[in-house]
Amino acid sequence: MKAVHVIQGRAVPLERSDVDTDQIIPSDWLKRVERTGFGRGLFSEWRDSPEFVLNQEQFQGATVLLAGPRFGTGSSREHAVWALMDYGFEAIIAPSFGDIFRNNSSKQGLVIVELPSSDVEELNILVKGNPALQLTIDVERLTVEVAETGWQRTFTLDPMTRERLLNGWDDIGLTMLRENEINTFEKKSHSPTLNGIFDASGHSAR
Amino acid sequence: MGNQTLYEKIWSDHVVATPVGEPTLLYIDFHLIHEVTSPQAFDGLRLNNRKVRRPDRTLATADHNVPTDPISTPVNDPISRRQLEALDENCAEFGITLFPRGHENQGIVHVIGPELGVTKPGMTIVCGDSHTSTLGAFGALAFGIGTSEVEHVLATQTLPQQKAKTMSVTLEGKAPKGVTAKDIVLKIVSTLGTGGGAGYVIEYRGEAIRDLSMEGRMTVCNMSIEAGARAGLVAVDETTIDYLRGRAGVPDGEEFEKLATYWRTLTSDNDATFDKEVVINASELVPFITWGTNPAQVVALDGVVPSPDDFSDADSKDATARSLEYMGLEPGTPIKKIPVDVVFIGSCTNSRIEDLREAAAVAKGSKVAANVRALVVPGSHRVKKQAEEEGLDKIFIDAGFEWREPGCSMCLGMNPDQLSPGQRSASTSNRNFEGRQGRGGRTHLVSPVVAAASAIKGRFATPDEVA
Repeated sequence: MKAVHVIQGRAVPLERSDVDTDQIIPSDWLKRVERTGFGRGLFSEWRDSPEFVLNQEQFQGATVLLAGPRFGTGSSREHAVWALMDYGFEAIIAPSFGDIFRNNSSKQGLVIVELPSSDVEELNILVKGNPALQLTIDVERLTVEVAETGWQRTFTLDPMTRERLLNGWDDIGLTMLRENEINTFEKKSHSPTLNGIFDASGHSAR
Repeated sequence: MGNQTLYEKIWSDHVVATPVGEPTLLYIDFHLIHEVTSPQAFDGLRLNNRKVRRPDRTLATADHNVPTDPISTPVNDPISRRQLEALDENCAEFGITLFPRGHENQGIVHVIGPELGVTKPGMTIVCGDSHTSTLGAFGALAFGIGTSEVEHVLATQTLPQQKAKTMSVTLEGKAPKGVTAKDIVLKIVSTLGTGGGAGYVIEYRGEAIRDLSMEGRMTVCNMSIEAGARAGLVAVDETTIDYLRGRAGVPDGEEFEKLATYWRTLTSDNDATFDKEVVINASELVPFITWGTNPAQVVALDGVVPSPDDFSDADSKDATARSLEYMGLEPGTPIKKIPVDVVFIGSCTNSRIEDLREAAAVAKGSKVAANVRALVVPGSHRVKKQAEEEGLDKIFIDAGFEWREPGCSMCLGMNPDQLSPGQRSASTSNRNFEGRQGRGGRTHLVSPVVAAASAIKGRFATPDEVA
């Protein structure tokens, strides 16, 4: 994945809680075998409405999404992350996130910023007042800043996620460096495999 | 005696490496695959010239977008067909056992593992699907992963993991007659909230859990993710071992007994402590239903649709109003007066043989109400075959239900089984999210017996109302 140091851009206030991954990208989009092109399906149940915040002219081109609590709960579909990134989002700021969604984001370089509800609300008000405001999210310093108003907060990321973002490391490559340890583990493991259970066509051998 | 929880026991048995400043590298004993979350992972392998490390620990099935029409009907949706073909090609290329559409072992990924006896107590099990938590009913650590992690497990048979916090949810006392596993888990989700389990692995304990069959325990563990927890667990006991005995994937005789002796150690020690403990009085449980658009929005079947005024905080008031609007419901309406358009009995939550037996017992001798479409979608071909041997298919068909081929079906509406805009369903699935069962569809989550009773009455109903 691409290394991420600083994200600078405008933000769009979604102002909804419990936005599950079915709402981020409906299941109809999950039939595709590609990894790209999901941006068109982002929030597709809401996109038809001209009032929907993503359709408002002043928020076009925003790269930071401000969301309510429990963003990304539900299904494990990584398509939700692909859709958000394909649309152009680089970071999501919300009071809390679904666990699997958070994991999936970290693998793709979508920056997850958890801030208290009151802080997200302050950002919503700032951005609605002036949609042109620039937010700066610094992954190195773990800060969110609105330079124009002097608003600044810090956030936390687990150290490894931060390292991976800053270096753009590929998780699989890192694990493959531990080949010897995996081999050692497998030699002592008694956990049963599928060997002997099914024949070549998948029918039960016994 | 030790003081380890079941989660800690399974965790420590699977640690490959504990690099300083990095997450633990955990070994994955078993990896289940389906067509939706795997194609991009296989592409990743090809791109980097990587192999599947352990095809003998990997098993694939087609479930999410297979049509549930007779097997002779082709897959008409070209995009679905392409995805199913991609699974065929990927499994052939990488040497993975696959149960394609129509295969005798095919079915919903979380149903086939247990019924074949290939997902076993003490294992670490993953799948690119959040309802992998189902398999925790066997005292296995089972959780859903995203596609990048699917690729990671295919390539390395391991995953970097942060250790979760532990939570016990104890169902004290006996559940009253007429209360099913689905009612128990709806109560748990509404108690914890959709985010209450985030960061935790839940162990379900207590008499009302021990009293459940394996099918019932799977229903409870299945919806752990609806409370935000990636995994749920139930300790191994004789119910677990009796279920596994004689299954295709387990050995016979002495070898089985040896395994069973190990499996019996898979319980939390008496002195184990949990990071969080929740107690629910099982004797106060009743049949439940969701009224809104998240699975924690639960009310008794005998209750009424809530009002935004029932909540004190602005966030809940707002969320309630939004849910009511989407669901087309007025506060104060008795649940049992709400008419139903579609009834869906199926999904990884409630499509196993016991679910179908319970629903059939309610439907027997009655007729589905006019204007109601009712579908029964068995969880697998094996479930379907067994149900047919027991004559359950005849009971459903005589009552006016559709008896369909196995798959995920209307749970998530990736195949043609979908709600139309504004249609209201009584569904035995796990998610009542907006648009989940079809754009504009209105989903109410219920148990199989409530679903069957509602099909017959044409409105939400409990089995005692069906003569």
